[in-house]
Amino acid sequence: MTTLKSVFPLTTVLFVLFVLWYGFAAWMNSPLQRDLYANNDRTDYTTSDLIVDSLNMERPKLPAPHQIARELYHLVIQTAPDSKRSLVYHAGITLAESLIGFLIGAALGIGLAVAIVFVRPLERSLMPWIVASQTVPIIALAPMIVVILNQFDIGGMTPKAVIAAYLSFFPITVGMAKGLRSPDPLQLDLMRTYSATSAQTLFKLRAPSSLPFFFASMKIGAAAAVVGSIVAEVTKSEDGGLGARLLAGSYYGQTVQIWAALFVAAALSGALVGVVALIGRITMKRAAFPT
Amino acid sequence: MNAKSFSDLLPPLLFGLAVLVLWEMVVRIGGVPAIILPAPSAIGHKLVTQIPTLAADLLQTARGMLAGYLIGNAAGLIVAVLIDRSPFLQRGLLPLGNLVSALPIVGVAPIMVMWFGFDWQSKAAVVVIMTFFPMLVNAAEGLKGAGAMERDLMKTYAANYEQTLMKLRLPAALPFVFNALKINTTLAMIGAIVAEFFGTPTVGMGFRISTEVGHLSIDMVWATIVVAALTGSAFYALVAHLERRATFWHASYRAR
Repeated sequence: MTTLKSVFPLTTVLFVLFVLWYGFAAWMNSPLQRDLYANNDRTDYTTSDLIVDSLNMERPKLPAPHQIARELYHLVIQTAPDSKRSLVYHAGITLAESLIGFLIGAALGIGLAVAIVFVRPLERSLMPWIVASQTVPIIALAPMIVVILNQFDIGGMTPKAVIAAYLSFFPITVGMAKGLRSPDPLQLDLMRTYSATSAQTLFKLRAPSSLPFFFASMKIGAAAAVVGSIVAEVTKSEDGGLGARLLAGSYYGQTVQIWAALFVAAALSGALVGVVALIGRITMKRAAFPT
Repeated sequence: MNAKSFSDLLPPLLFGLAVLVLWEMVVRIGGVPAIILPAPSAIGHKLVTQIPTLAADLLQTARGMLAGYLIGNAAGLIVAVLIDRSPFLQRGLLPLGNLVSALPIVGVAPIMVMWFGFDWQSKAAVVVIMTFFPMLVNAAEGLKGAGAMERDLMKTYAANYEQTLMKLRLPAALPFVFNALKINTTLAMIGAIVAEFFGTPTVGMGFRISTEVGHLSIDMVWATIVVAALTGSAFYALVAHLERRATFWHASYRAR
């Protein structure tokens, strides 16, 4: 890994993006700001006035980075975490849903993968439907799942966790099915000469050799779980969560609020994937995999 | 269709049929109210009687989805080729691309609706952003895929950059490109429908689902879901078929 070598290019690219962002923000907001001046009968503004005001509008088309930073500072650090306005509060809801969903999804995904690897006919009858299940747009199913579970008095987080699980199980099933099949035929034959049972083969050979696949698919599954819970929150927004903030922001045209929620969602997803990756790296090192 | 592919199709078809029969039985015998879970027959009825509405919704959503899919994938591929010549840009952009493709990009949907209006253009914009990064990352990976031997061979032919790119490296990258194309089919579908939840003209699959849930006509929602699933599967199957045609030489197809 050439981490150090990437630092300079990465910061350069980020800096360019930053500058571009300001440029775009000024360009996209200035027509709005010009209208605002016209409404207030102000004609004596200079170009620099226009640019500065465009970058500090209350409801800009594209908020400038410092506006988002200020909003983040206000909603994350200054607001008490248990307040309904705090993004920490909403991020907590989303995180809890994602984690529960991710755990259900991982258990389901691994279970299905083991079943598919051990029972040949299952693969042929089940696998096409597992693939088809992902072409069903989850956003279409999400309101249905909420309605169905509500009938059984299951409300709160569970419907959203189920939706998160629905999105996250698929990459785990596919990755694990591949991983459990990754041992060499030679090694499988060796297990057979030991007259190992299929459970022994699973735990002593197949499971350890699927570790790289396991962590790769867990990372995708974790990211998918966050997407699932955010999408679910959009369809059932009264309980809060980052998706609900996105929806509220779009109703009231609060662009700065939308962007702040987006940044927190990105950080949340990045942190979750990062934790999985870290656990993966440590485990793989212990298991003496070449990383 | 030959006999072998038919026998491949039979088990999943039987499984699906069994699930449908079981579902119908549970709903009829268990007396499940239609607002919770409608019977497959009720959904089928809606599917047949509401064809004009469903077709109009499909057309509206598919327009944004396809436009976004084409632009996003093309842009991703072109940027991958452009940054391929510059290791500097690669080191700067690819980690970002990897990061962004793990982010919940559906969140930009409300912003795009604000920028590009309620019609299909805003849906296309969401799909462009969602499909761009997976294509960029995969294509950049694929362009590294051509072996040193093959590159040396091109050099002995005195092939210039364009020739090497067109005749060796792009074809060698195709399996990765198709991988991204396949991932992007479902992403495009999700993006287009999610974006409709944030504002849309009174037509489109996302609009239909959110309004019919409000009216509690759940059978219509399921009918829309069926249409969406069939469209998504057909889209995926089409790309998979193109992949088979274009990369028939790849090891994963040769073996069979």
